[in-house]
Amino acid sequence: MHKFLFMKIEIARMLQKKKKQIIDLWMKNQLADSALRDDLMSNDELRAQSEELVDALLKKLTDDNLSNIESADFENVYEILGGISITRARQGFSPRETGLYIYSLKDALLSILQQEFKNDPVQLYEASMRVSKLIDSFGIVTFETFIKGREEIILRQTDEITEISTPVIRVWDGILALPIIGTLDSARTQVVMENLLQEIVNTGSSIAILDISGVPAVDSLVAQHLIKTVSATRLMGAECIISGIRPEIAQTVVHLGIDLSNVVTKATLASALKYAYSILQLEVRKKQNNLVKTN
Amino acid sequence: MGQFLLVTIQIDLYDRLALNLEADLVQMVSKTGARGVLIDISVVSIVDSFMGRIIGNIANMSKIMDAETVVVGMQPAVAITLIELGLPLTGVHTALDVEKGMELLRKKILVDGEELDETYNTDSTE
Repeated sequence: MHKFLFMKIEIARMLQKKKKQIIDLWMKNQLADSALRDDLMSNDELRAQSEELVDALLKKLTDDNLSNIESADFENVYEILGGISITRARQGFSPRETGLYIYSLKDALLSILQQEFKNDPVQLYEASMRVSKLIDSFGIVTFETFIKGREEIILRQTDEITEISTPVIRVWDGILALPIIGTLDSARTQVVMENLLQEIVNTGSSIAILDISGVPAVDSLVAQHLIKTVSATRLMGAECIISGIRPEIAQTVVHLGIDLSNVVTKATLASALKYAYSILQLEVRKKQNNLVKTN
Repeated sequence: MGQFLLVTIQIDLYDRLALNLEADLVQMVSKTGARGVLIDISVVSIVDSFMGRIIGNIANMSKIMDAETVVVGMQPAVAITLIELGLPLTGVHTALDVEKGMELLRKKILVDGEELDETYNTDSTE
């Protein structure tokens, strides 16, 4: 028992003593890898990053927590790992590259262990297993945060797309147009509806044209959303015209049995505009050539 | 205001108040013989399904008493809520503001009046 404990302490302390060697070896492993992305991160930066991680790890490493990967001692290490992997996700590293980064640390640690316990296979095996497990769990954490970082990017982009893709255009005094491009889902319809209604209030427009020529497909859900938007506009006291109905869309709408009979629909934005003019009792005329008359 | 009743709702309506409004309004329509009812809800920021139904009821009641109802100045959030609640208020006319609502009412009553005159004329000629 006593001997066992003594042996355990040795691993952590030994690794702490060999810190410099570990870092060097790790860096050598990373630099030797063909997948090294020195275009995304300079070698100095990489070294600083690696040193910080090894520092944090070895400082907290004891033989007790070496086999307890959930230990609170590693909180700091996990934090650094998370930071590294999120910045890597943003910089555009591939998951493979980020994974290799962590697993090359394992190689470095294992080869140190191998040198140290050359003559004691049993101890070498035991130490290797435990170090291996620890680094594996680090790897999992790295992946988790890496994916989280990527997902954050995707979410941000989705937000941006919804923001960009719902402009409300004031085509004439009292006429608003809203070209919808891309698929309509519940969240987007909400944004579209809110923007449109707010613009109606802001501009006091009485006609809104919803152009769906950029909507690739209309299913019953999308149609439902459209009808909702039209009804909400009507409640506000404005009229809503749906324009840009392509033949395919007309086909699907009828096949699905969607009732659009109480919605004004037009084939093109131009005819919707014409209709809007007629409601507002406006007229578009070609300018008469006065020169001919005076002559 | 002439042939029209103008109701401005200044506070968020709760159920009892809404019921009172409904009763009072119908009484007033019959007393004054109004041809149009204009309900301004531009300051109302909260509605529930009950409130939506009351507005619908008022419109229907006025209609059978030969008065048109126009709801004006609904806020976007209110409109969205009513739609999400499945209350599109199909019988109710709407307008952006009081002015447009008045115009709409005038036009409606004018159109109705003309129609009445025409039928009267045809009747008399026969």
